[in-house]
Amino acid sequence: MKASAALPVAVVSASLIAFWYVAAIGLNWQVVADMQARAGAAPGFGEMLSLTLSHNRPLLPAPHQILVELWDTTVVLPVTSRRSLVHHAWITLSAALTGFAMGTALGIVLAVAIVHLRALERSLMPWIIASQAVPVLALAPIVIVALGALNLPDLLPKAIISAYLCFFPVTIGMVKGLAAPDRLSLDLLRTYSATRAQVFWALRVPTSLPYLFAGLKVAVAAAVVGAIVAELPTGAQAGLGARLLAGSYFGQTIQIWSALAAAAIVSASLVGLLGVTERVVAQRLGARAG
Amino acid sequence: MAAIEARGLSLTFTTRDGPVQALYNIDLRVEPGEFISLIGPSGCGKTTLLRVIADLEHPTGGEIRVNGTTPEEARLRRDYGYVFQAPALFPWRTIEGNVMLPLQIMGLNKAARRERARQQLALVNLEGFARKFPWQLSGGMQQRASIARALAFEPQLLLMDEPFGALDEIVRDHLNEQLLKLWAATHKTVIFVTHSIPEAVFLSTRIVVMSPRPGRIHDVIDCDLGAERPLEIRETPAFLRIAQRVREGLRAGHSYES
Repeated sequence: MKASAALPVAVVSASLIAFWYVAAIGLNWQVVADMQARAGAAPGFGEMLSLTLSHNRPLLPAPHQILVELWDTTVVLPVTSRRSLVHHAWITLSAALTGFAMGTALGIVLAVAIVHLRALERSLMPWIIASQAVPVLALAPIVIVALGALNLPDLLPKAIISAYLCFFPVTIGMVKGLAAPDRLSLDLLRTYSATRAQVFWALRVPTSLPYLFAGLKVAVAAAVVGAIVAELPTGAQAGLGARLLAGSYFGQTIQIWSALAAAAIVSASLVGLLGVTERVVAQRLGARAG
Repeated sequence: MAAIEARGLSLTFTTRDGPVQALYNIDLRVEPGEFISLIGPSGCGKTTLLRVIADLEHPTGGEIRVNGTTPEEARLRRDYGYVFQAPALFPWRTIEGNVMLPLQIMGLNKAARRERARQQLALVNLEGFARKFPWQLSGGMQQRASIARALAFEPQLLLMDEPFGALDEIVRDHLNEQLLKLWAATHKTVIFVTHSIPEAVFLSTRIVVMSPRPGRIHDVIDCDLGAERPLEIRETPAFLRIAQRVREGLRAGHSYES
């Protein structure tokens, strides 16, 4: 990162964190004050501040409390522990990645079909769009229960929910990308008497790659959301969704927030990984550096 | 057999504002080895005529034969190479990869593709740039690469649509000289669309002057300046005489519309 960019990034991050601390103090103040009053204590302002930021079931945990919880449940605890966040994150990640692979494959196949058979665009597109208008929260329990009756491994129903959310941005991006070649390039290949398959591989696929990567980045984040949502309705025993659920049953806000943070870290890493892949692919395909 | 033979050729585009007559009653016969320029103002149908020869547009009347067959058969035989106004190089392929593209589509194996690409790039003086990507080359070099690509099939017929229109005058002069040398060395038939009078006179054996609305042939001018044509020939009386006749033809065609 250039030095000129580092300063604004640092300023924005610092103000967000400062805002979070102020919000934590404000939201937790009443809870702490009530508790102290019940105990017959009347702490001073300084002590109240430190109590609002160290409460173990706060309305809003302070950033450092979440960091400590993250550290404890990832580094300190062994991965084999039932409380290990690495263990739970992996369960969710494996379902999300399986669903991402399935959704991407489906999305690409749909896009190729739509681009090559104009009739499909009108007949299939409305269904594809309608599929995304159904709230996944309503759909997930139905799918989980139905597939659960088939005695499939735990991972598969979750992966299917992920795939359901994933395929859409991939299809939309690829339909646009595969149709993106300009008239001139198409005319050029026509002068070579190229077949449709040759036009597809030599021109449409390379042209569509930037659109594909844009779709994949949206899809991979949606895959993680899908896997977490799929863990909620059945009260799954493991996974980040299970941690969120258990945390809310017992009012363990710090646990909820650390599971949320883990989900965000997982998603951001996946998006980052795709960004790096995209850059490597682009460089091999002759993009200018920078 | 004529390289190109058009009789009563017409093309009417149907647009939202009604029919537009792009070509009207074109008669033209091109012998193998000729260098023909199509010249005229915008809208005179010179590019459309070239696209009809290449089977990129379909005539609505009359007849056209390319190497004795329909344009479609000629296209399927890969009888011609086409150079567009823009280089139209694929940015994700190297220069060599771009020149090899038509050969790949033709189904040549990799070694043969590479060898042919090397020869064609040598012909346009781009030997050292095979591994570069298009953006690393100047506009003139990109257009030369696109000429090498059009020659890759080794077609007998080369169709060029204002290939140097976007380049500056000095680069254009240089490429005109190179094109003449290439033509002398390969004996190809060239149909060359341009709106530059000096370019047309400098390059051609015959100049076809076209006029717009409807697009038709106004005049066909022999351009017998011989095979040896240094750039200085453009100052000679013979050259200027032909240029003058082309200019008069263009003017007469223009006044028609008002």
